[in-house]
Amino acid sequence: MAFVTANWNPLGNVFYRKFDLYSEWMIKEDISNSLIAAAPYGGPIALMTNQSHKEKSPSLRPIVEIYSSSGNRIVSFPWKSGIVVNIGWTTNEDLLCIQDDGTVLIHNIFGTFKRHFSMGNEVLQNRVMEAKVFHSAYGSGIAILTGAFRFTLATNIDDLKLRRLSEIPGLKHPPTCWDVLMEDRQTKIILANGKDLYILDNTSCTSVTLPGLGPQVCGFAQIAISFNYKWLALFTDTGSIWLGSSSLKDMLCVIDTNFQTPPKQFVWCNRPKSTNPTIVGVWDKLLFIAGSSEETIKFYLDEDVHLVSEIDGVRIISSHSHEFLHEVPPACQDIFKIASMAPGALLLEAHKEYEKESQKADEYLREIKEQNLLFEAVQQCIEAAGNEYEPDMQKALLRAASFGKCFISNFPPDMFVRMARDLRVLNAIRDYTVGIPLSYPQYKQLTIEVLIDRLILRKLYPLAIKICEHMKISEFQGASRILAHWACYKVQQKEEPDDSIARAINHKLGDTPGISYSEIAGKAYDCGRTELAIKLLEYEPRSGEQVPLLLKMKRSQLALLKAIESGDTDLVYTVVAHLKNEMNRGDFFMTLQNQPVALSLYRQFCKHQEPETLKDLFNQDDNHQELGNFYVHSSYCNETTIEGRVANLQSAVDEYSKAKNEFAAKITEDQIKLLRYQNRLQKESGKTYLDFSLHDTVYKLLLENKHKQAEQLYKEFKIPDKRFWWLKIAALAEKGHWEELEKFSKSRKSPIGYMPFVEICVKHRNKYEAKKYVAKVSPEQKVKGYIMVGDLDQAVEVATERKNESELNTILSKCTPATDQLILEKINRAKAQILKK
Amino acid sequence: MAGRRDAPELPDFGVLKQLARDQLIYLLEQLPGKKDLFIESDLMNPLDRIANVTILKKHDVDKLYKLENKLIQGVNDQLCFLIRPRISSVKQIAEIVNADKGEGRRHKYKIIFTPQKFYMCETVLEEEGIFGDVTFDEWDFYLLPLDNDLISMELPEFFRDYFLEGDHRWLCTVAKALQLLHSLFGPFSKTYGIGRCAKMTRWLWKEIAEDAESEMKQEADIGRVFFIDRDVDYVTPMCSQVVYEGLVDDVFRIKCGSVDFGSEVTSSDKSVKVLLNSQDKVFKEIRNEHFTNVFGFLSQKARKLQKEYDKRQGMNIQQMKDFVSQELKSLKQEHRLLSLHIGACESIMKKKTKQDFQELLKSEHALLEGFEIRESISCIEEHINRQISPYESLRLMCLLSLTESGLISKDYRSLKTQYLQSYGYEHMLTFANLKQIGMLTEQQPGEVLTVVESTMGKLVTDKAVGKLTDAFSSLARKSHFRAFSKRLNLIPRSEEEYDLKFPRDMAYVFSGAYVPLSCKIIEQVLERDGWTGMEEVSRLLNCSEFVSIEWATLSTPPHCSHLGTTCIVGDASVIQEGSDCAGFSLTVRPSPWCLFVRSGDETFHQMIRTVCSGNHPTKKQILISP
Repeated sequence: MAFVTANWNPLGNVFYRKFDLYSEWMIKEDISNSLIAAAPYGGPIALMTNQSHKEKSPSLRPIVEIYSSSGNRIVSFPWKSGIVVNIGWTTNEDLLCIQDDGTVLIHNIFGTFKRHFSMGNEVLQNRVMEAKVFHSAYGSGIAILTGAFRFTLATNIDDLKLRRLSEIPGLKHPPTCWDVLMEDRQTKIILANGKDLYILDNTSCTSVTLPGLGPQVCGFAQIAISFNYKWLALFTDTGSIWLGSSSLKDMLCVIDTNFQTPPKQFVWCNRPKSTNPTIVGVWDKLLFIAGSSEETIKFYLDEDVHLVSEIDGVRIISSHSHEFLHEVPPACQDIFKIASMAPGALLLEAHKEYEKESQKADEYLREIKEQNLLFEAVQQCIEAAGNEYEPDMQKALLRAASFGKCFISNFPPDMFVRMARDLRVLNAIRDYTVGIPLSYPQYKQLTIEVLIDRLILRKLYPLAIKICEHMKISEFQGASRILAHWACYKVQQKEEPDDSIARAINHKLGDTPGISYSEIAGKAYDCGRTELAIKLLEYEPRSGEQVPLLLKMKRSQLALLKAIESGDTDLVYTVVAHLKNEMNRGDFFMTLQNQPVALSLYRQFCKHQEPETLKDLFNQDDNHQELGNFYVHSSYCNETTIEGRVANLQSAVDEYSKAKNEFAAKITEDQIKLLRYQNRLQKESGKTYLDFSLHDTVYKLLLENKHKQAEQLYKEFKIPDKRFWWLKIAALAEKGHWEELEKFSKSRKSPIGYMPFVEICVKHRNKYEAKKYVAKVSPEQKVKGYIMVGDLDQAVEVATERKNESELNTILSKCTPATDQLILEKINRAKAQILKK
Repeated sequence: MAGRRDAPELPDFGVLKQLARDQLIYLLEQLPGKKDLFIESDLMNPLDRIANVTILKKHDVDKLYKLENKLIQGVNDQLCFLIRPRISSVKQIAEIVNADKGEGRRHKYKIIFTPQKFYMCETVLEEEGIFGDVTFDEWDFYLLPLDNDLISMELPEFFRDYFLEGDHRWLCTVAKALQLLHSLFGPFSKTYGIGRCAKMTRWLWKEIAEDAESEMKQEADIGRVFFIDRDVDYVTPMCSQVVYEGLVDDVFRIKCGSVDFGSEVTSSDKSVKVLLNSQDKVFKEIRNEHFTNVFGFLSQKARKLQKEYDKRQGMNIQQMKDFVSQELKSLKQEHRLLSLHIGACESIMKKKTKQDFQELLKSEHALLEGFEIRESISCIEEHINRQISPYESLRLMCLLSLTESGLISKDYRSLKTQYLQSYGYEHMLTFANLKQIGMLTEQQPGEVLTVVESTMGKLVTDKAVGKLTDAFSSLARKSHFRAFSKRLNLIPRSEEEYDLKFPRDMAYVFSGAYVPLSCKIIEQVLERDGWTGMEEVSRLLNCSEFVSIEWATLSTPPHCSHLGTTCIVGDASVIQEGSDCAGFSLTVRPSPWCLFVRSGDETFHQMIRTVCSGNHPTKKQILISP
């Protein structure tokens, strides 16, 4: 086992190991003379050469080079913009180049320019002195120190909010060192000015002191903050390093290094959950590792290096090597430590013996089982496998775990299965063609979803899909999403014709669930390929999804059609609102006229919000009938003065005439006449007449004894005789003008017969009057009339005369045996007579 | 209904209420602390069925207001509005908010739209300048179970919006409601439909159903669904029905499944609100009975009740104790209901035995049969002249127009003139609207032939009628009432005496004069399991969009389909006056029972009212009754 621990270096009670991530690593550029930035989580490495010389000669433009972690040069392009102060990567693996004028340019991993933004006027005026890119839960941020020694911060560049931090008292020259700190969800800056330490936050600048530091210290030269912002390290001018919590409340230890110069680079190297925070510093040709223990580790270097802090270690990049330095994880330590008797170590040994078909296997196994530690042994082996980079070693450990599993009943299988799957993914992405050397803890932290995103970003679509299938990620989140990205990439291939791209995309994507053709079409449109976008939209099964893009592409008419097709009226209305703003009024109306669904929707809106528009709509369509109705409506709803109402009705008359609806025009004219008449009446009498119907007006006149006016209306409006008679007798009876009623009944032959006279008298409980009219009632209704006035005797007589049995029966039902004895007999006699015949 | 032994158990639709209640409570709790709740007036009744005042108070609702035209100032800092997505309501809210703003009060406003929000409402809020001041939510309250076998969306404006204004926005709402039913009681194995709206709704629903990939139950409570457009059958709601429930609705108006009995019924000063559904034991027995039988039933019931009371005469103390603790309460309850229904009956009798009503029925039946049209017209005229009832007159005119394929010009003009003279000129717009939806139309000169056709219908062979129909199918939609009523036997032969005690078909609802068209269609289609043989009828109805869709994507075994056959009259219900559907379902043989789902409360009055109202919202009708 010796070879496993060959690169292990003890530091206190733990070990550190440093090994090559890729053996074939080689970059041409000189690291020491370039700006260099590497994205964490095995991300790409960017270099910008020539920068430090700041030569004005245009022929010597800086070159930007982007390498994958395995050393493949992804892209190399000359820098054509201004002077770059610093470069860095975002959490989405976009390259940020911060220029001295405060402009930040964003390129993607392939060096394609995406966008740029500015860090504000203040930065522009005072120029950028130093800049740092940092990452937090909110995304990627930028901190800038300007020439005026002020800091400007942006916590998330995707949601740019610039914050200018407060002034540091007495700062006359740049701070000796500074860094960005995240505390309580707040971005702060810690800086040292000589021996003064300050923390800058949103509102204030606080001076702080370090606990447990000797009085002889009179300056801080370097600062380092751990990956998770939990720890802070400061290098003092006396050559000692202060380690402690980033809140500056607790001190861990002070290490005396005896170095006189500050380290060139200074980073933390911590395993998550580790109890041994460790700091790494680089002095010229020396890599220095120290922690809370007495010991230190020193590596001598052949060339300049660049340190990249990771969540569980440090990547060390130089021109000829790419190494990873980390604390050996506990499981590996337990198994591989020399003379380890940990259960995992024994199990690995047991399995080795078993492969050799040696009976020693049994002995080792027994030893584990006797301590009842077989479960732990298997666990250790699985865990250790995850933390080993060599597939052979992984296999050996997993085999041992699998072997141990056989001797435990009910060992939950998913731990083993999951690790085997994860390792396959890890090995696949660590391959130099992919070049993402994630460690197991990094991979877990990053999550598989983000990893897939990164593969998509690198256009490694087939691998991403394979991984999704392998990890059993649902089609909706996995394969479809990747295919959609592929399609979005595909539409950018300008050399291929629209038709073949559309076909290729549809061929591959088909009806895969969760595919949004409209999104792909949107991408095509963004690339300026409108025709392709429209072709792609046709594959979109949900018409509703097509609408927003069609609007964006200014295909409003088509958008309206699709919106209507979708049946979603909200969508239709959105398009209508869009059209309204986009088109001139005439065209807008024309468009609506052709789309009844949209038209009626817009009408509904206008009815409440813009009545005038409604009028225009009808006007434009020459819909005079509706216009007439519109005026009638507004005459009743919007107008209060009699003139206004008449004017509106007059307009209605005109419209109805135009619509060749003479009938409606005539009625409306009558109404105008009535309104005027009522108005006059109202003024004369001081009583309300307006808004009564003709019927009610006449009735009211009659009640007020204005018979002349009533007659006038009767003639003028050609009220049918019947109605007038009904009205008149009702009014007369109501007022109790019985003589008048009688006179009226004799004025001429009643068009409504005389039964109504009887009824109205009875209604007003005047049977005496009623009786006067019964005789005149038509024979068919006479019996009913007599019953009504209560003259059963006469009723029987009439019924007998008419020989009508059913009428007799009706009378019979009205009789009470006690009082109407005589009548009863009469009825019975009459009935008998009818029967006889 | 109770006697249907082959009927499967109805699913418990109470779950719909429970869901709505839970969501409402959740929404209220989203606004922590005391709040005033403003409720749109026509949501009051449905809300009461879901969550009463006690429940609302429990969830920090302090004061309840009706959202009206007048400004009310709440007492709390938080105002919550519960409204239908109507522009007018949103404007009212805007007024309140703007008034508060004007006076410098700062409140928190939240609008809960039910059942959904429309984009148009947001536009209005934006134009009124309060978009940023309010927050929104949606309360997915789509379906309210009114009875064991009746679910309603309580969307009265559906009819006006869709059929009159051509506004499609509620279709999505109906589709979502269907999806709710589908997910709770489905899967639906088969859908039938007639009419444009039915077709669109089904399509929209299917879109939603396909998007929502959820686990489907194997056994469906509701297996078959029938969609029917209101405008397929305008005739039925124009007729007065004479079963008890129908008359109660006629006289007292059943609103949201309950009725307010006034003092003339309760024989006290107070009016009583009574829930009318099958839980009411008395009502359950008489609701579908022809009115002539109702009194007999009630007196029988009274005697039985008395007997139950009398039981206690011979009881010993223990028995008496049991009686008091167990039976007395239910007896008393029954007693109370019985006296209410008897009171209601009396009221109905008083109103309906009048001469006018008898004449009305007579002309109605004459119109349905197509005899003595002139007499009917003069009867309507008299009706109008005497200002008996604005709605009844309109109803008869509509019936006349529907059965006669429009009024001839002379009649149309004279009736219209007289109507306007009686009830005011503003009804110009009512007539315009009725014409628009085809309920009351004037025959165009070119259409004279169709009149001939309809009167000749009895003589000419069906084929000829068909040809004639083809010839005129290009014209505007019109009723071919005579033709299809003959084809579907909607008018029972009058020479036979109709036994109302033991009815032989659905016509008993209308005293044996008419079998409701929509119900007949449903019966026929379910009997045939499709539209084969019904093509003629659909053409006569001018609903060429007759569709019959197999819902084959769900692998429901065929034998399951009989589990529940449901008729959803989704878009506009056919159920005339309340839920006498149970009465109709007696004859719908292949379906053991019917469940009706309707979009609004579409009795005739409701329909007419939605068509009339809104034209002159500020004008009140001034009627002086002679």
